[in-house]
Amino acid sequence: MKKQQPEGGWTTVIKPRNSLFAVNFKEIWDYRDLWFLFVKRNIITQYKQTILGPVWFVIQPVMTVIMYMVVFGGIAGIPTDGVPEALFYLAGVCMWQYFADCLGKTANTFVDNAGIFGKVYFPRLIIPLANVTSNLVRFGIQLALYVVVYIYFVLAHGDHVTCAPNLYALLFPALVLLLAGLALGFGIITSSMTTKYRDLQVLFSFIVSLWMYATPIVYPLSQVAGRSLYGMSLKTLMCLNPVTPIIETFKYGTLGAGEFVGWGWLGYSLGFAVVVLLVGVLIFNRVQKSFMDTV
Amino acid sequence: MPSAIEFEHISKQYRLGVVSSRTLGADLGRWWQMSVLGKEDPYLKVGETNDRAAAATSDFVWALRDIDFKVEQGEVLGIIGKNGAGKSTLLKLLSKVTGPTTGQIRARGRIASLLEVGTGFHPELTGRENVYMNGAILGMTRREITSKLDEIIQFAGVEKYIDTPTKRYSSGMSVRLGFAVASHLDPEIMVVDEVLAVGDAEFQKKAIGKMREISSQEGRTVLFVSHNMTSIRNLCQSGIVLENGMVSFSGTAEQAVSKYLSINQDENTQKLRDRTDRIGNGRIRVTDIVLKNKDGEVVVDTFAGDPLTIEFHLETRGEVDFSKMIVAVKLIDNYGTTVTMWVSDESKCDFSAIRDGVFSLDIPHLNMRPNTYNLGFQISLGTTGMNDWCDAIGGAAKVSVINNSFFEKGVNLKEDRGYIPLIDAKFRV
Repeated sequence: MKKQQPEGGWTTVIKPRNSLFAVNFKEIWDYRDLWFLFVKRNIITQYKQTILGPVWFVIQPVMTVIMYMVVFGGIAGIPTDGVPEALFYLAGVCMWQYFADCLGKTANTFVDNAGIFGKVYFPRLIIPLANVTSNLVRFGIQLALYVVVYIYFVLAHGDHVTCAPNLYALLFPALVLLLAGLALGFGIITSSMTTKYRDLQVLFSFIVSLWMYATPIVYPLSQVAGRSLYGMSLKTLMCLNPVTPIIETFKYGTLGAGEFVGWGWLGYSLGFAVVVLLVGVLIFNRVQKSFMDTV
Repeated sequence: MPSAIEFEHISKQYRLGVVSSRTLGADLGRWWQMSVLGKEDPYLKVGETNDRAAAATSDFVWALRDIDFKVEQGEVLGIIGKNGAGKSTLLKLLSKVTGPTTGQIRARGRIASLLEVGTGFHPELTGRENVYMNGAILGMTRREITSKLDEIIQFAGVEKYIDTPTKRYSSGMSVRLGFAVASHLDPEIMVVDEVLAVGDAEFQKKAIGKMREISSQEGRTVLFVSHNMTSIRNLCQSGIVLENGMVSFSGTAEQAVSKYLSINQDENTQKLRDRTDRIGNGRIRVTDIVLKNKDGEVVVDTFAGDPLTIEFHLETRGEVDFSKMIVAVKLIDNYGTTVTMWVSDESKCDFSAIRDGVFSLDIPHLNMRPNTYNLGFQISLGTTGMNDWCDAIGGAAKVSVINNSFFEKGVNLKEDRGYIPLIDAKFRV
């Protein structure tokens, strides 16, 4: 044992409460194999004993997009910034689905895993991290679908379709990171609170479905420009939702639809994600110690 | 030898009843008292010792209170106690599943806890995948698992099914696989909770052998919780007895076991005086029955073949001629059948010298198979005819006979072979 041993050779000290900021990131790194195995488990088990398997990853967004085309495009007649409807909705659905999946999975961390958590210790943060990571696979498949549909539209209707990617598309990895960070942050805050107050679980599930309508998924942000609510620009209000600038930038970058929200708003999303993550990790760290007594 | 683990004033408080909608109020109240008014936590003052049987008077209970002991490096420590004495809570604290309310635990080295076999097994994953999953949860790296994989599979004896999802396994196979993974961990400190009580006889033997191998390795510290006194005696050097969340005894494993067996006697004879399910004219009444071992210590259990003394305490009504008293003592099985009986008119005992209303039955060797027997008695004056009965109770006390190795060079007796007397004999070829 060449490791540095604190407090007179003691390697483990178990106390009633750790200080608020004592988050052991090194420990999480030590357990990276477990992280990897959880990711693998999540992926393998999701569609075990189904016939279509991962095809479901594709069917789901396709059906959703068709639904949106009928309801929002057809019946409500909401324009899509001149971009083909299918492409416009698919862009939003892919991104939102990833966010909502991560959020939903992470928010139930403690309740879903009470069985394991009650029997053995490992850094609890591994579970939400693994969830966010394994959802990337699903997201990747849906993104591939997006690219395929995109290429189809360019080839088949290239002459009268106005969409084209621009340099902002290079922001994509950063956008996904932001989205994951936000989902993780919100998710672990919720999961920490649901251990004690189970009401939040119910509240949370419909907040997420309402949240989608506060985000420009089924309509472009350009539609709200110029409108106001109680004297405030509706566009500003919408951008206060930290997911909005991310989705808008993605759509603008890949489709050239609408206009860039501006670095300011993207910075705001980044700041929001960092704060939420920080708060989330601190609360989570605090709760993980005693949650077995309250869950 | 430096100590491997130190418990310092460890306490754990639990809330009784339902964690209700009042918790938000209680939380806010606590926050107000502590943070704003600067007082100490109001909920830490209340609470009572953890006696499962007594009715609760407060909403909080101390599952553990002021636990303070050290475990030497390389020591195998048995933790014994009745259900609800706090054994599992203690292990949970040590394995960091939940935190203590006060105090601290310090340990040297990696702790692996085995509160359950096969934690994290997913029914859809194959045996091999689950070995990795379970191993990683218990703190092994993938490389460590890979290097031990063959050994693990071989130990579990499931080679044929290793690439089959574990949902197709019999429950015994899952348990074997789980134990196999756990027993191939190598931490400096191991915490084990009664996982031996699983699997078939063959595997149990294998598991106990493995446990002994683990605990005899140099420098390995093991904490072992069990209700099985024989495995405690076999595996552990030292033992502590938990009673109502407190350490009531600490010493060698042997001492701890006999201490534990003796504390149980409260439940056994406590209320004999108040029993109303008795037959007889009441001129003599038995008020208490006490079991004692060869050293005269009060016990409730005894090992098969060991000496046992059964002490009767009497009270009388009016003049009683003790020289005419006849006592019958029976051991009765769970089905109501008398297995053995001692009657004083056959052994010609004269009770007229009785002092303070106490007499005893000395059994030089209680040659009964391990089981729990009901002790019945019948006291009469003059004849054993029903009209002369003074006092009789069918199940006045319980006598638990514990398995040990009865026969010379034998192994432990099996516990499920009936309520039958043991007669010493030897097979020969």
